[in-house]
Amino acid sequence: MVDFDFTTLLLALFAGAIRVGTPFLFVSLGECLTEKGGRVNLGLEGILVCGAMTGYAVSFFSGSAWLGVLAAGLSGMLLGALHGLVCSLPRVNDIAFGIALMLLGTGLAFFLGKPFIQPQATMLPSIDLGSWSSNPHLHHALEINALFLIGVLLAAALQWGLSSTSWGLALRLVGDHAETARALGYRINLTRVVATACGGFLAAVGGAYLSLYYPGSWNEGLSSGQGLMAVALVIFARWQPLRCLLAALLFGAAGALGPALQAVGVTSGYYLFNAAPYALTLLIMIITCRPDRTLSSAPGELSLTR
Amino acid sequence: MTTSDRANDRVFILQLKAHLGVALAPVLPTLCALSGALLLFVLFLLVQGKPATEACLLIFQGAFGSMFAWQNTLQRAAPLLLTALCVALPARVGLIVIGGEGALAMGGLFAAVLPSFLPVLSPWIMLPAMAIAAMIAGGLWIALCGALRQWRGVNETISSLLLSYIAVALFKHLVEGPLRDPASLNKPSTVPLPDAYLINPLPGLDVHWGLVWGALACVAAWIFLRHSVTGFAMAIAGGNGRTARLVGLPVNRLVVIACAMGGAAAGLAGMFEVTAVHGSANSALLAGYGFSGILVAFAARQNPLAIIVCAVVIGGVEASGSLLQRRLDLPDATTLVLQGLLFCNLLAWEAITGRLGALKMRWQQQAHPLPATVAETSHG
Repeated sequence: MVDFDFTTLLLALFAGAIRVGTPFLFVSLGECLTEKGGRVNLGLEGILVCGAMTGYAVSFFSGSAWLGVLAAGLSGMLLGALHGLVCSLPRVNDIAFGIALMLLGTGLAFFLGKPFIQPQATMLPSIDLGSWSSNPHLHHALEINALFLIGVLLAAALQWGLSSTSWGLALRLVGDHAETARALGYRINLTRVVATACGGFLAAVGGAYLSLYYPGSWNEGLSSGQGLMAVALVIFARWQPLRCLLAALLFGAAGALGPALQAVGVTSGYYLFNAAPYALTLLIMIITCRPDRTLSSAPGELSLTR
Repeated sequence: MTTSDRANDRVFILQLKAHLGVALAPVLPTLCALSGALLLFVLFLLVQGKPATEACLLIFQGAFGSMFAWQNTLQRAAPLLLTALCVALPARVGLIVIGGEGALAMGGLFAAVLPSFLPVLSPWIMLPAMAIAAMIAGGLWIALCGALRQWRGVNETISSLLLSYIAVALFKHLVEGPLRDPASLNKPSTVPLPDAYLINPLPGLDVHWGLVWGALACVAAWIFLRHSVTGFAMAIAGGNGRTARLVGLPVNRLVVIACAMGGAAAGLAGMFEVTAVHGSANSALLAGYGFSGILVAFAARQNPLAIIVCAVVIGGVEASGSLLQRRLDLPDATTLVLQGLLFCNLLAWEAITGRLGALKMRWQQQAHPLPATVAETSHG
């Protein structure tokens, strides 16, 4: 009996790693891209919530979930560009403006999303990879959303793009040493605005996943800080997109711990298990950060690690 | 009128303009931000075909339009005074701490459960003991962020927010589990405080004493930061940590102390909410005062005295939410949008302070011109 419970728990954690981890993946890829350019965008949390609302609303009106994802991305791009542009002004602190954007994004999403709390929008379809299995838990665990696969491909593409294309090199140069980049004739602010806007696009897609697939509805308590944890996740992943994928899966599993334990009958300490991702994030930051030197492989212009 | 008279007039007007400029320079970015935020808010409502002017009037009416509105506003401003200090004090040593909500929850919880672990005491002993327990709980919570930052290099903005999520989870776990009053059926709470340990409202008002204590804390924080040696040392540590170390200041200790003081303020806010408003610790305590405090502190430019004004303004905006909902059928998030716009504008207009510095110097020179320049102008 105990044995069976354990398998179920493991399967639930595996399924959760993918299901809960996908938004983490998109937001962390977005944050990774932003930070490679030398800026931190804490406002991804607000962008995520805004994306969730936009995606849900557009999917409800158009009947196409993919159109919703695209619209969400565009809304995130707008907010990301706002962060990029305002932080290009002198004396504007990117971390502080991120906090402001968090408030603005959430406020806009709650205001505009009020009419969409009740109606049911078209959901994103999932791909059934587990039909061969007779175990219902395994079958359920292998129902994977297409966005996860897109995210995996995107992580690989970003990893390649950042290391091997001239665009990627330019972005990393701007993030590592703005003076050199300026001397070589790159436009620092423009590069950063574009990186932040693209990062916003990805974060908002992560939000659309929340409202259009799992948990799969729009309400005001939808996000539980994924946008913020992404910042810690990127530090853990050492600014490498492929490692972001691994980190996202790990965080997804931690986030699924509470519901998974509940599924096998452990109900006490529900709130504590739900706090597992936060505790894990903090623990990982305590382990990976160093006070005496800036983190190796951290973009040199980043205010976060100074 | 002779030419020299006209020249004197011109100098006078120039000087007047310059004096005005010097006086307005520190508040100009804030004024710009206020009007910018209002303008965008009006546009935001107009685009959706909502009655924008009425909404603005209602916000003012709901915040300051009547005695009832004022009381509601001040009731909300009271915890904001203290949670804003949780941002402003660490900001003095250069840290952006946004986890005041966690310190408030911890403070409220400790204050609420302390009487059940102590014998029955006079309220004159018990209330200070509860306040101290709340301040220690909140102070330790935020001091942890400062310590992690100084000794482990963990970014304090993220760690404080994570700790605040953890505090909220711990709070809910304890209130709905081990510390739950079995009699609280549909609203899990701790055991209600006896009436003797509740804080009375101010005479003739609905507003509780937390408002007075909060304002006093802001004044004390201002005096501490401006006129004490430790406060001055904190400013140096916040300005340039390396310089501070070179002159032998204990930077790590200063940072942790500033964080602990901020956390203590937020914990105290939790204690007042429990003893003066809710009567026990329950999830109603987590009303987001910790987060609104961030906006208050930034609007006040981390100046404790300005926090008193800004807390009343932001408290008023939040208080007007229900009026907007009832009269115009606007969502309750309307005030959130206004706050978000205000926050963004406050930071964006910060950009003009650099230009303003140069302008201010020119104005100052015009206001108090060197004798030679005056002579030159009047003869010319």
